[in-house]
Amino acid sequence: MGRLKTLWHRLGSPRWFFEISGPWAIGALVVGLVCIAVGLVWGLAIAPPDYLQGNSFRIMYLHVPAAILSESCYILMGLAGAVLLIWRMKLADMVVAAAAPIGVVFCVIALLTGSIWGRPTWGTWWVWDARTTSMLVLLFLYFGVMALRQAFPREETAGRAAAILAVVGMIDIPIIKYSVDWWLTLHQTSTFKLTSAPSMPPQMYLPLLISVLGFYVFFFGVLLFGVGNEILRREQRTQWVNDLVRSRAS
Amino acid sequence: MSFASWHDFLYMGGHYLYVWSSYGIGVLGIAVTLIRTLRARRRFFMEQGQRLRRQSISAEAADAPRSA
Amino acid sequence: MQAAFVFVRTPSAGRAFTAQVQRDLTIAFRSRSELINPLMFYVMGIAMFPLGVGPGPERLAEIAPGVLWVLALLSTLLSLDSLFRRDFDDGTLEQMVLNVDPLFVGVLAKVFAHWLVIGLPLALLSPIAALMLFLPAAAIPTLVLTLLLGTPILSLLGAVGAALTVSLKRGGLLLTLIILPLYVPILILGAGAVTAAINGVDPAAQLAWLAAMLALALTLTPFASALALRVGLE
Repeated sequence: MGRLKTLWHRLGSPRWFFEISGPWAIGALVVGLVCIAVGLVWGLAIAPPDYLQGNSFRIMYLHVPAAILSESCYILMGLAGAVLLIWRMKLADMVVAAAAPIGVVFCVIALLTGSIWGRPTWGTWWVWDARTTSMLVLLFLYFGVMALRQAFPREETAGRAAAILAVVGMIDIPIIKYSVDWWLTLHQTSTFKLTSAPSMPPQMYLPLLISVLGFYVFFFGVLLFGVGNEILRREQRTQWVNDLVRSRAS
Repeated sequence: MSFASWHDFLYMGGHYLYVWSSYGIGVLGIAVTLIRTLRARRRFFMEQGQRLRRQSISAEAADAPRSA
Repeated sequence: MQAAFVFVRTPSAGRAFTAQVQRDLTIAFRSRSELINPLMFYVMGIAMFPLGVGPGPERLAEIAPGVLWVLALLSTLLSLDSLFRRDFDDGTLEQMVLNVDPLFVGVLAKVFAHWLVIGLPLALLSPIAALMLFLPAAAIPTLVLTLLLGTPILSLLGAVGAALTVSLKRGGLLLTLIILPLYVPILILGAGAVTAAINGVDPAAQLAWLAAMLALALTLTPFASALALRVGLE
């Protein structure tokens, strides 16, 4: 318990976090990219084609991880927002700021790849199925948080306002997903499942796992790196940052 | 290898347009995310380096004895 | 001339609540014409649909549940800006934040007054709008019920957004953007209930869900709004 408390206190120091997170960020970036590469190549070239969908199912190896990550990222943002509001930890605000743009990119990837995947499978460029619809709403939620952040001139106010919205959005996400799922069964479009995870043979399933893992690790790396950038930006007038700059310049 | 040849691989059973555009988008997205964050770090150090150099130059100028 | 902010640190939350509601209602009824505006917007918006889509009753009846609900959403959104802004402009909002303890009581009172003036009339007006879109008469009671349950949720959730954006100059549009995604479940459930009623299916499930969401919103959002007000007024 004591070690956890020390860790918690240390997190209040941006400088400590910056120094600790540096190597982890680089490591995560490398490992993540390698895993993604392995997963994607395996899924592209080695996995057997799907019985029904032919080769277009391979889009799954991009679409599914991106979708999962964009949702996890929002939840992370919500949790970080809660930490900011409850404990006023500046680091939490930086996590929100750094995570949002990454989540948006993954969300857009998920939406675009989902739409493209839909074309050969169902013949239309856009389909209102459960995943694409909740992805779209998620994109709107991201947009709201980022827009709210931009609207306030004071950084601290902006962070707290965005945090409140992120927390409310995070609580709303399961409700949105449930209602969208229910909305689809109501409207009798057949329950399209872009992935039928349990009934996938391991040769299809394994590269998906690796890809998802790779995306997670990569996300973690980019997040740490982005938080590091935030720390540097906010602490740019301090001695330790100036020393760091000087040592880099030489 | 579930493809007989490179051509088959690229052709993706007729779905090449969809698969390759998707993978293009995905890889592009990952690359953009990575590059943006790396570049932000590099830009920070460049700008701060310039700022510090300008500060030290003006500090030197302030200290330098006026020419008689 | 504004009604003065009357009480300071009253010990009874109930009295604080009633006083705030009374004050807001008094102010609202001073400008009768403004009261009508959201309702007129609702009716006008509904009327746009036959004009845009064509007057055929079958098609209108088909889209009626969704349209009636979406317009209710939009009308609420447009009127939310006035929830806190008038008080913000003349300084009484800050007074409320400083004096009302706990703040969520004051917020809840304002939202309640707002709903009494906008959401409730909307729900009661909806049968007329439903007639314009040829909604089957059997579904109209369900429509009113879903709106009676749903508009408070819309007001409660929207208050969080209104509180966050109260100090921003272009707050109105931003408010719409941040709240609209959060409204999706309410829209789905509300319109879904009406559609079920049209098809002769019992909408009890949707109504139960709406009621549950109302309970959730009632308990959670006032705290979020109170916090958002404090943040927005920083």
